[in-house]
Amino acid sequence: MGAALDILRAGKPPRASFIDYPLGTSAGKPFDRENQIELVRSSLSVQEGITEAGSIITLPLQWPEGWEKKNQMEQIEGDQRSPRDTTPRYQTEEDRMLAEN
Amino acid sequence: MPINYIQQTRDFYEHLGYRPYQWFYADTPAPWTSLSKPLSKSRLGMISTAGTYVKGQVAYFYKDDTSFRKIPRNTPVADIRFSHVTENHLVEPRKDPNTIFPIQALNQLEKEGFIGELSENFLSCMGGIYSQRRVRSELIPELVKEILEQKIDLLLLVPL
Repeated sequence: MGAALDILRAGKPPRASFIDYPLGTSAGKPFDRENQIELVRSSLSVQEGITEAGSIITLPLQWPEGWEKKNQMEQIEGDQRSPRDTTPRYQTEEDRMLAEN
Repeated sequence: MPINYIQQTRDFYEHLGYRPYQWFYADTPAPWTSLSKPLSKSRLGMISTAGTYVKGQVAYFYKDDTSFRKIPRNTPVADIRFSHVTENHLVEPRKDPNTIFPIQALNQLEKEGFIGELSENFLSCMGGIYSQRRVRSELIPELVKEILEQKIDLLLLVPL
């Protein structure tokens, strides 16, 4: 189950469902348990019904309009992303201490 | 209208003056295995490429990390973490991990009998690895080994 249709297509999975939600929320809206369960349930249901290899079914759920614009990558000056190195990137400092001590 | 992420990444790399990002395009037809039984009688596993780890486990790094983690199916949601190269897409998952790692939905669907049973552990790895060669030679064989040991009928992939 994925939220990036072009990347899903490029990978050619045997059976897939596409949800037009922002990346990072392909399994549902934050703290909306009903939406999350419905999304996973529909996703599994439609995939169970697929009979042709490579089919990608679009789920009918909608995210509030206008999110695509906010999701566009900003054309920032220079590369401000974290360094691509071999240092583990912990979500919190506490995580780092727990894992490394 | 779905966003074209591949083109967006291409534009971003060009803007930064980098060589084009080498997206993976499957060069063989989609594989196929028919389902052997209904979902309600099947054992389901799940793999997330969101760089999911549990508090206490080692996080992922951003340069070709080909390791994977086992995430026990009963892990408290508050202990689920993410480290992934596209940090801009982790804002919501870090507030509610269920948005990209549907652990509570899957447990609920098993409880309802919609899914036969879940594997003891879910799996996760880094979804942004620059070397396709290393994905094929290091990550995939280890994942396949683990997946076969889980004796599952179906595997749900939740990519990031």
